[in-house]
Amino acid sequence: MAKMTLEELRKLRDTKKGEIQKRDIAGKDSQIIVGMGTCGIAAGAKVVLDAFLQELDAHKVENVSVTQTGCMGLCYVEPTVEVLTPGMPPVIYGKVDAAVAKAIVEDHIMRNKMVSDHVFDRPSADILKDGGK
Amino acid sequence: MHASLCDFLSDIFQNAVESNAGSIRVNIEENDTQISFLIEDNGKGMSEEVRTRVTDPFYTDGVKHAKRKVGLGIPFLIQAVEAVEGAFSLESEVGQGTKVFFSFPLNHIDCPPMGSMVSTLLSMISFPGAYDLLVYRSLTVADKHDSYEVNRAELEELLGSFESVGALQLLRTYLQSQETALNEIRNRISH
Repeated sequence: MAKMTLEELRKLRDTKKGEIQKRDIAGKDSQIIVGMGTCGIAAGAKVVLDAFLQELDAHKVENVSVTQTGCMGLCYVEPTVEVLTPGMPPVIYGKVDAAVAKAIVEDHIMRNKMVSDHVFDRPSADILKDGGK
Repeated sequence: MHASLCDFLSDIFQNAVESNAGSIRVNIEENDTQISFLIEDNGKGMSEEVRTRVTDPFYTDGVKHAKRKVGLGIPFLIQAVEAVEGAFSLESEVGQGTKVFFSFPLNHIDCPPMGSMVSTLLSMISFPGAYDLLVYRSLTVADKHDSYEVNRAELEELLGSFESVGALQLLRTYLQSQETALNEIRNRISH
C-alpha cells in the first residue's frame, strides 16, 4: 500500500463533500468533548476519540463536532467525555471506552437518550473552591 | 501510569502546546531495537529553578490545574525510562523554548507497548491551539528505511477545521495510510 499523497487526500475530501451534502442533516449540532489531560491519556482517551470518529462515520452522523480539552476534574472516572446536544442538558460521561462511545452516539446523539450508567457530574463549586481539601 | 509509549508522547506534546509555542517539531525515529522521540518547541521555556523541579511529581506550574499540587507527566516518563534503561533529557531556556528527548529499548521485557500511533498523531494534530506542528516519523528495519512527514498547517488548509467529524475522519484515513505504508517494511523483511 502506497502512502496517500496530499493530492489524493484532496480528491478524497472532494468526493466526501459530495456525499455529505446529499445527507439529510437534521439541523441539530451536537458537541462531543473528550478530556485529554494526563489522567485521560493514561486511561485511554485516545482510543475513545478514535471510537467516536468510527461510530459517527458508521452511522453517517456529520452534524457533530469532536474536540479535545484538558482534565475536567473527574480523574477517578477517566476517560471522561462531555456531550452537548440541543434540547438536552450538558452531560459528562465517565469511564468511557469504545463500547460506551458507541452507546453515546447511538443513544444520546441519535435518540436524545442518556447513557445513564456512565453519567457523572463535575465536582461541586464548593469543592473546587477549597481546592479539593 | 501511562499504558503506552504513545501516551508519553501525547503528554509531552501537550506540555509544548501549553507553553504557548508557535511552532512544535516532533521526531519519532524507530529501528529494530529502539524508538526515540524528540519534542521541540519555541514556547516560553523554563527557568533553571523550574527545570530542576519538573522531575518532582509534587511540583506543577499550576497552569493546567490551578488548584492541583501534582504534575505527573514528566515524572511518569522518567520512571518508565529508568525502568527499562532508556534515555531522557530536557533542555530549556526561558523565552527560547524546550527540547525533550526520550528513548526506549524495544527489546526490553518491561518496555511499554507502542500504542496507536495513528490515534496519537490524530489527537496531536487536532489538539486545540494556534501552533504549527511538523511531525517526522521514520522506521528502519535491517537495511530498509522509510519515513513520512506531516505538517499540521498543510492539513488544516486542505481539510478545514479539525473540529469537523468529516475532517477528522479524513485526517485519520491519511495518517493510517502513512503508518500502514511505513510498517510494510516489516512485511518486506519477513517475506
